[in-house]
Amino acid sequence: MSTAVAYRLVVGVLPWLTIALLSVPVVAGVLGALAPAFGWLPVLGGERLTLVPWRQLFAVPGLVDMARLSLVTGLASAALSLGLVVLFLGSFLHTPLYRRVQRWLSPLLAVPHAAAAIGLAFLLAPSGWVARGLSPWVTGWQYPPDFAFPGDAWGLSLILGLVIKEVPFLLLMSLAALVQCQARERLTVARTLGYRPLTAFLKGVMPGLYPLLRLPLYAVVAFATSTVDVAMILGPTTPPPLAVSVVGWLNDPALSMRFMASAGAMLQLLLTLTALLIWWTLERLVARVSRGWCRDGRRQCGDRWLAGIAWLAMRTVLGLMMAALAGLALWSVAGYWPFPAFLPWPPTAHNWLNAADDLVAPVWQTLGVALAATLVSVVLVLGALEAETQRRRPMRPWAQLILYLPLLVPSVAFLFGLVMMQAQVGVRPGLGAVIIGHAVFVLPYVFLSLAESHRRLDPRWSQQARSLGAGPWRVFWHVRLPLLLTPVLTAAAVGFAVSVGQYLPTILLGAGRVVTVTTEAVSLASGGDRRLTAIYALLQLLLPAIGFMLAMLVPRYVFRRRRDLLPGTD
Amino acid sequence: MASLRLDDIVIHQGQHRLLSLDTTVAPGEVLTVMGPSGVGKSTLLAFIAGFLSPTFQAQGRVLLDETRIDTLPAEQRHVGLLFQDPLLFPHLDVAGNLAFGMVREGTRRQRRERIHEALASVGLEAFAGRDPATLSGGQKARVALLRVLLSQPRAILLDEPFSKLDAERRGEIRHWVFERVREHRLPTLMVTHDEADAQAAGGRIITLDAEQ
Repeated sequence: MSTAVAYRLVVGVLPWLTIALLSVPVVAGVLGALAPAFGWLPVLGGERLTLVPWRQLFAVPGLVDMARLSLVTGLASAALSLGLVVLFLGSFLHTPLYRRVQRWLSPLLAVPHAAAAIGLAFLLAPSGWVARGLSPWVTGWQYPPDFAFPGDAWGLSLILGLVIKEVPFLLLMSLAALVQCQARERLTVARTLGYRPLTAFLKGVMPGLYPLLRLPLYAVVAFATSTVDVAMILGPTTPPPLAVSVVGWLNDPALSMRFMASAGAMLQLLLTLTALLIWWTLERLVARVSRGWCRDGRRQCGDRWLAGIAWLAMRTVLGLMMAALAGLALWSVAGYWPFPAFLPWPPTAHNWLNAADDLVAPVWQTLGVALAATLVSVVLVLGALEAETQRRRPMRPWAQLILYLPLLVPSVAFLFGLVMMQAQVGVRPGLGAVIIGHAVFVLPYVFLSLAESHRRLDPRWSQQARSLGAGPWRVFWHVRLPLLLTPVLTAAAVGFAVSVGQYLPTILLGAGRVVTVTTEAVSLASGGDRRLTAIYALLQLLLPAIGFMLAMLVPRYVFRRRRDLLPGTD
Repeated sequence: MASLRLDDIVIHQGQHRLLSLDTTVAPGEVLTVMGPSGVGKSTLLAFIAGFLSPTFQAQGRVLLDETRIDTLPAEQRHVGLLFQDPLLFPHLDVAGNLAFGMVREGTRRQRRERIHEALASVGLEAFAGRDPATLSGGQKARVALLRVLLSQPRAILLDEPFSKLDAERRGEIRHWVFERVREHRLPTLMVTHDEADAQAAGGRIITLDAEQ
């Protein structure tokens, strides 16, 4: 009896801990940056409210350009990604191609932003793989041409880098949403009424699908307008996007710059909110305009052309990603590699051997932080989901919003405030703070990855177990957890990958004391050593890949003689 | 053995009165509850077993002899439940499934022997180590009932237990289940659509109507 009470207690507490982990750092962080933005930070001698930080901020040359750059690249990449995903789903949902792409989604999503960006930078640089492939027979170039890419003033390479990461994310989010809005049934109805596939999708499925994709899309807009690591690698530098500048000001040795940096962080928050507002307005507009269009009875709208474009664009996105990763592998084994040679010859293990000693510490720290953050997240998410099952009540809309909170508030804005608070309260930065910081970002992904499978688990399994006399703990450990082993491990692998890819929380909350493969890769990327950068970027890929491999192999081994639980049989 | 008393049970869904029932099932008796779908047959079983969804409100008492059980948590009611799917745990082998429900008394060896005897009694002694997924429908149904019986229930609830078996096996399994229930003198409540189930049970039949 007392164990049942303990179970109720644990399951009652974990959802609140989850909510606290998601909301307290974000809210506290924003407040922690808000006060110094108006001059209040006693630890640095700021004890009066003033507008000086803002005046300083607005005097920074190029501030308008920074803000415009963030806004335009953010909105453009989100719109492009959405357009691409919608066209692709509309044209290929009913074909085998969709299934094939679906299989690649999780691994693609696991590629850390920084690694993808570094790969893309190497691919598209004047001396990159694309230029080498076309030289000299197409271009006539004997030497690397002189153009600024990546890092073009328009931010095109930044947009491209964001798109190749956001497309897999949106596709993965739509997997569950498509089931939820009964896309296949809607599509069948529309097609039997004579609609071409894409038109059927746009007119029959989209109105039901979009509301389910709204929060993920807002997360994409928020991320794209405030990214730091991708922008540092692919974005222009004169001036950089706002978020990059804010981090620069924060790291300025002059402590007085912190007040201005706080104002900058608040400006970033306003900027992201503005971007979300613009997106929301456009959303309304499109909804209004398309209302008539949905019922005008036309059965096609250039379906074939659009399908062709979707096919080509999706191929390009996936191809760029693959080529970027392959390029990283080549650079890591390149010795002397003159332009325009297509392959580095002979390959050498020299780079790896040289770096080996320096790799050990970052790899261990990455592993330690990622495992701890993932464990915390998985426990909290399982608790929250068990509580939901026990109350037999779906998640409230506000809880859904809290889940997305760390993804909607620009991380520069709140992490920065947390750092200021750390200083004010006297908490030492380091491993503990970094683990909590990572967990804030890991948890939403673990939740999104696990929730669908958890909710789909037939409630009769636990009813059967309880009617056989098993108490709640036994039902959880011996029935529900084994039945959920595969999705739990997959969710853990996703969480692990998210943690490995974190740049900003590691840098800011660790105060430089926690060095991971990602912080190393990003800081190396701005230097000239492509070989060493490639090695760290590859490690960023390798660690999550090992995680996904384990998540796939462990259930196959454990359930090797349990046919109904072998992954891939359904 | 105890009898199962359903004392003035009324189940509501909001304002809507779903069903009412007042009866006693004697030891070894199979009471059949019939009625059109949506009338709340499965809800009645969920209430007795302790899984009533919060969207329903129930009044009345469920007693095993003199003991009131509707206030107990599901795992302490000793009410065995058979669904239309056998629901053998896919992560355990056949013996593991039987062991899961067994009362923890005696040594490990004694428990293993009881499992072996139980399997032998239905001609499945060679199946102890098998993956449940490799069993036929009829074999699964037998293991599922053995599992319930080994958990030493004091009453049995059958929720359309034969509807998913193919026609030729159905009669045989049905006969076997009812025989076991009588042999153990368990009060049994069966919910079904199938007139033949009700005939074969040979006990009282209560038909629930859609109430207002």
